[in-house]
Amino acid sequence: MALYIKGGRVIDPANGINKIADIKIEEGVIAGIDDFAGAITAADEVIDAAGKLVVPGLIDIHCHLREPGLEAKETIATGTRAAARGGFTAVCAMPNTKPVCDSQTGVEFIYNRAKATGLVRVYPIGAITKGSDGQELAEMADMAACGAVAFSDDGKPVPRSDIMRLGLQYAQMVGKVIISHCEDPELAKDGVMHEGYWSTVLGLRGIPAAAEAIMVARDILLAESVGAKLHIAHVSTARSVELIRQAQWRGVNVTGEVCPHHLALTDADVEGFNTATKVNPPLRTDKDREALRSALNDGTLTILATDHAPHTAEEKACEYNYAPFGISGLETAWPLFWRELVEPGVMTLPSFVAAMTVAPAKRLGLPGGTLSTGAAADVTIIDPEYTETVTLENWQSKGKNTPFVGQTLRSWPVATIVGGRVVMRDRQVIG
Amino acid sequence: MAWQHKDLLGLRGLSKQEIELILDTAAPMKDIIGRDIKKVPTLRGKSVVCLFYEASTRTRTSFELSGKFMSADTVNIAASSSSVVKGESLIDTGKTLDAMGTDIIVIRHAASGAPHLLAKHVKARVINAGDGAHEHPTQGLLDMYTIKERKGRLEGLTVTILGDVLHSRVARSNIWGLRTMGAEVRVCGPSTLLPPELAATGVQAFTCIEEALEGADVVNVLRLQLERQKKGLFPTIREYARQFGLNQERLKRCKSDVLVLHPGPMNRGVEIADDVADADFAAIEEQVTNGVAVRMAILYLMMGGSGSGAVH
Ligand SMILES: [Zn+2]
Repeated sequence: MALYIKGGRVIDPANGINKIADIKIEEGVIAGIDDFAGAITAADEVIDAAGKLVVPGLIDIHCHLREPGLEAKETIATGTRAAARGGFTAVCAMPNTKPVCDSQTGVEFIYNRAKATGLVRVYPIGAITKGSDGQELAEMADMAACGAVAFSDDGKPVPRSDIMRLGLQYAQMVGKVIISHCEDPELAKDGVMHEGYWSTVLGLRGIPAAAEAIMVARDILLAESVGAKLHIAHVSTARSVELIRQAQWRGVNVTGEVCPHHLALTDADVEGFNTATKVNPPLRTDKDREALRSALNDGTLTILATDHAPHTAEEKACEYNYAPFGISGLETAWPLFWRELVEPGVMTLPSFVAAMTVAPAKRLGLPGGTLSTGAAADVTIIDPEYTETVTLENWQSKGKNTPFVGQTLRSWPVATIVGGRVVMRDRQVIG
Repeated sequence: MAWQHKDLLGLRGLSKQEIELILDTAAPMKDIIGRDIKKVPTLRGKSVVCLFYEASTRTRTSFELSGKFMSADTVNIAASSSSVVKGESLIDTGKTLDAMGTDIIVIRHAASGAPHLLAKHVKARVINAGDGAHEHPTQGLLDMYTIKERKGRLEGLTVTILGDVLHSRVARSNIWGLRTMGAEVRVCGPSTLLPPELAATGVQAFTCIEEALEGADVVNVLRLQLERQKKGLFPTIREYARQFGLNQERLKRCKSDVLVLHPGPMNRGVEIADDVADADFAAIEEQVTNGVAVRMAILYLMMGGSGSGAVH
């Protein structure tokens, strides 16, 4: 018995494929891409994908699943259901759980929980420092050996340059990427939004753009000096983009990612004090947003990620100053990116699909991101014409903290297939 | 004309007509304050709760008296901001006050936007009595009332706001209100206490006090929070006083009929010299009286009174 996805536009940037075709899935792996019109038997399952896009399963290299320890915000079960609804077949979980994932035990816990309760693939990211306290290196080699896919103290910058350099050296030794949350902690201290016109008007403490760029510059210089692989998380400012671009010209092994909210919103959206707009790094200006777009257009930035950061409704239902940072992003990522990048022609369809599939997979050395014959059958089907208004009704994440409620978006994932198993179909999560 | 909004959260976005309505309504209210028996039955049966998360005897008393002069039942609740951060929710407090039949909640809070959050969740009308570094609309209105009383107009005047603009909700409400009324607004202070992109609000920013005072009709001196110095935002209080303190010598650069305002309480000898604070061209005590009048006008308008109607 086989599963056929018939008549869709297959876009597989990893193999340079962009054509109307059928995909045959057998025993959980891609059995081929071609015209299988004659081969279908009564026992086979067929998904009609006419008018739809068929792409490798989306991969998010930056999300927060909150388990262990912060299960009120999210669990691996709910987070991966949200991922499935958003078209993701694999997500990388940041280690800022409680306790922090800074040991082999932590990494193993996530793999075990994901196996028992997860709907899509989960890859743990280990902490750079013990407890993400920025003082002593965590057991990165041990964690790498049992499957940590990268290292990051995300949520916090590594404040000390000496520790960051050691972390980069150590990660380089074990062949992993350091994902850096770039923010000068003293400059950003007590800030709750971007520092600029709107922080002035709203009387909220600002986080200057330089707080990010300074750390981007530092980490690039450190990575360059030790020959390590560096990935800048949630790039949000024009200056950061410039620094990354210059470093790439010099041959530094640095990449960067962009989140949907930094493209879809600006600091002007903080007016009204809606805590759903409180995110770190903060929503920046139009100029920054334009810089992110052009960096995605010219290939300086090659990865799109969600920074899915779920929080409870109670935590967000308070004064702006006291609310935690974060947007629950998995379920709206694709249509938001579509609106900001594909519709205005910032990215071609294949390069856009690559930024959500093969590019993140390659950067962290993950399986997936391709529809190659023999690869695990992780496939996402998108209906580019389907419109839906964002509501919390079918929202799968425990985190209802989205500023996009009420927005009508076009182009949504309509099926998510993980290892040949359909986990989301017609916008409904299965299992 | 009647008050159209549910709440009064800030002066940004209010129209010229709305500001004029409040200022015009405040004039007859001020007469009441001058009477022997300061009591009219206008708001009898109405309840006003002053919910203060930050101590402020001055503003709280001003609101309380405003309500009492119009026969409203006023209640004060002093809550500490620290209790808010950990657990007790502003929304829940607001809903409780709502359930008790509160008509107006006057809120003072250290967090910018707190009144907006409250207003979204309660049926009661909400008046912002100062939120973080955001707005202090009734202070802005009483400053404008005082200027208008002394100068006869607001349009075309040059008003210099002096001091810690970065942290000042008074400055922001003044900027929006005065700009709307057609005044030219300048702000002046050390560069570390000026927020970014002020020019986009339509004001001119100065770090040289002499330039900022040149030809000014009004100088509004902000209160300097002395603990800002401990945070390193300026080097010493002594230097601040010498560089940015308002004294008689500097005032000579202003128009000869200059008016000096200060929202109080003052750090005499720091942001303002003694002999300036006590001079005839300063209206600092008058501001306090006008504050009650303006707050009476707002309570009255928000409870359905119209500007043209008589005050009983
Ligand atoms: Zn981060």
